[in-house]
Amino acid sequence: MKLDHSQPLEYSTHENELNIFGFWIFLGAEIMLFATLFTSYFTLENRVGSGPSGAEIFEISPVLIETFLLLTSSFTIGLAVHAMRLGRQKAMIGFFVVTLLLGLTFLGVEIYEFVHYVHVGAGLQTSAFTAMLLTTLGTHGLHVTFGLFWGTMIILQIRKRGLTAQTAGKSFIFSLYWHFLDVVWIFIFSFIYLKGMM
Amino acid sequence: MEFFERFAIPHPSPAIYAAMVAIGLTVIGIIAGLTYFKKWGYLWREWLTTVDHKRIGIMYLISALIMLFRGGVDAVMMRAQLASPEAKLLDAQHYNEIFTTHGVVMIMFMAMPFIIGFMNYVVPLQIGARDVAFPRLNAISFWLFFMGAMLFNISFVIGGSPDAGWTSYFPLAGNEFSKSVGTNYYMLSLQISGLGTLMTGINMITTILKMRAPGMTLMRMPMFTWSTLIANLIIVTVFPVLTVALAMGTMDRLFGTHFFASTNGGMDMLWANLFWVWGHPEVYILILPAFGIYSEIISTFSGRNLYGYKSMVGSMVIISVLSCLVWAHHFFTMGQGAASNSFFSITTMAIAVPTGVKIFNWLFTLWRGKIRMTVPMLYSIGFIPLFTIGGVTGVMLAMSAADYQYHNTMFLVAHFHNTIIPGVVFAMLAALTYYWPKMFGFMLNERIGKWAFWSLSIGFVLAFFPMYITGLDGQARRMYTYSESTGFGPLNMLSFIGAGIMAIAFILIVYNIYYSIRYSPRDIGSDPWDARTLEWATHTPVPEYNFAFTPSVNSSEPFWDDKKKKHKLFPGKIEKIHMPNNSGVPFIMSSIFFVWGFSFVFAMWPLLIISTIGIFICMAYRSFEQDHGRYITVEEVKETEEKLGGAKL
Repeated sequence: MKLDHSQPLEYSTHENELNIFGFWIFLGAEIMLFATLFTSYFTLENRVGSGPSGAEIFEISPVLIETFLLLTSSFTIGLAVHAMRLGRQKAMIGFFVVTLLLGLTFLGVEIYEFVHYVHVGAGLQTSAFTAMLLTTLGTHGLHVTFGLFWGTMIILQIRKRGLTAQTAGKSFIFSLYWHFLDVVWIFIFSFIYLKGMM
Repeated sequence: MEFFERFAIPHPSPAIYAAMVAIGLTVIGIIAGLTYFKKWGYLWREWLTTVDHKRIGIMYLISALIMLFRGGVDAVMMRAQLASPEAKLLDAQHYNEIFTTHGVVMIMFMAMPFIIGFMNYVVPLQIGARDVAFPRLNAISFWLFFMGAMLFNISFVIGGSPDAGWTSYFPLAGNEFSKSVGTNYYMLSLQISGLGTLMTGINMITTILKMRAPGMTLMRMPMFTWSTLIANLIIVTVFPVLTVALAMGTMDRLFGTHFFASTNGGMDMLWANLFWVWGHPEVYILILPAFGIYSEIISTFSGRNLYGYKSMVGSMVIISVLSCLVWAHHFFTMGQGAASNSFFSITTMAIAVPTGVKIFNWLFTLWRGKIRMTVPMLYSIGFIPLFTIGGVTGVMLAMSAADYQYHNTMFLVAHFHNTIIPGVVFAMLAALTYYWPKMFGFMLNERIGKWAFWSLSIGFVLAFFPMYITGLDGQARRMYTYSESTGFGPLNMLSFIGAGIMAIAFILIVYNIYYSIRYSPRDIGSDPWDARTLEWATHTPVPEYNFAFTPSVNSSEPFWDDKKKKHKLFPGKIEKIHMPNNSGVPFIMSSIFFVWGFSFVFAMWPLLIISTIGIFICMAYRSFEQDHGRYITVEEVKETEEKLGGAKL
């Protein structure tokens, strides 16, 4: 394995460079995925049938908590990558753990939110609007869930093998993924919740 | 017994029972054959676990040929049913199932793997790379496609075929009108194979952008590589749309949501929009690589460089952008108003311009060339006029006002077959003949190949040109019969004869493969066509590392320059070569995906959960696995090169 020391660790091998580049393209596909969900959401937004509308069911406090949690976790994963570049493995793992815990709490609040929706009569089968709302939020939530599993595995590997080109590359890619989920959430917050509550 | 009742066919016929027996016997035959010849280990080591782009490419091609057979049988059955008025060969339900599976199989499981197979085999060789960027991911792509195709193909013997058309419009595809699990099969098999295609897209883009030989700038890439790059950019752009649409359709059918229903706020046309936002670019994913193939072949057999290289690239880019802006022309009659119909009308017609540019470039490449009429060249020459007719009728269909007359008639059926068969199928058969010697070390017989070409072309014209006329006269597509008083009878009989001649062409192609395996000479060298691009610069058969030396590129035709202009293609010395290791994980994981899809189709939730966990275990295994590949030493490279007739310098 050829190491190029003029580059940050995550870019130090050709394989890593390819992986990171390929992941950016994957994120492009993810943008299309969420763009399709948003477009369908806007199409079905007012088609509530006999069910409730967004304004009737949205609650600001859990949404604000979720936003706060996820935005903070995006900051901490940034700190983790920073620590990684400084070669401080312990600090890096620490920030990784904080990130995943914030993600887990986010998920908990989101599940509470879903239970609330079902409770007030906005289930998956109620109307096209409710189904689309839960699908869009659920797709994001599934991505977060997947990220929790993935991040845990990366932590285990760093503990086992230390900061190598391979683990650094994986961590960096994970951070891209996590930031991306944050960006998607900002769109969800603005164009689903705020727009719906106005 | 109640558990097993769900697997019964809702609408059986003797033909389906016969097919069950045939499938059973084939499976037993394959298992017995592999055991008798002790080939299980060989199969596992050399094929099921391979990550070599060349072998994966060949597996794609084999799958495509098998699916071409299946889709072709569907086609012949349809034409036989329509050959005479009020025929009783098939009833309405079977006819619905057959046109549905014909469409899905031909587009998703024949044309796509055919093209992706050539992308896999040819692109790394054309850009002077050792493999694709992510060899392991490539194997996953193939096996996901394969398992998706298998899942779709078992539908007609287990649980029932989909019957809502390859477009699967709601509410027809909803539970109310499609009661069997057929449409579940459609949703899940396309989901699984679509996932594989998306990964191919990521893989090919990274390969082409990051792994080209030194000196090969973007504007020196061979045209097929360019077309692959553009097609894969479209794949990454539009396949996620299909993913979402299929997920929503699955939820409507299995979880009782109302996305595409006509009650509770649902919107059936949302499906049509999402489907065609993917579906129209999809046809350009098919045709652009075909254009790339024609460019390579026409240039090679005209003995000159491709005319208008830059305009070829430019027109492909323009086509790729426009392809995403035309989807609504599939439903001008939906009633979305004059303004949006006009917009989609104009964008659709605009595609004719860059396509026309390409047609003229091919014609100018032929101009004053030293033309050799080989089989690949015949297909390419046949493509130009036939495809142009398909293009012109496409512009007719693009006129939204006139479309009210053509919509959903046989005219439309004639049009898209007229673009796909001379466009994509001819290209794939041309490429099969053209790259066959590189893949297997001997040529396909030219004489049989020419017979196949002529019967395919004549059969095609006989089968589809009459449909233009019956379509204009008002024969609707997807109708399983018609009355004698319509007067459609004779022309439909002509179509049936044409379909029969096309079937003969297919038999000739298969016979040609058999004949050539037995009788073709094996001493053909590595460049039997006197070609121009890098894939012909290495040995035949291609060693697993492709090139012993990394080639150095100075133009868009480095191999030609090497032969004619004393360009030194392979400077430097042999070094040790890094190669990826084989892995069984892609095959195992995709097999679990098959179980996952199957249990989803039948809503068997415990099995679904277990297989989901299985997929995650495979991913976790891969994550923890440490596999840095292996090195082929300089001595081994030298030895291989000696065996293949000396290192190329």
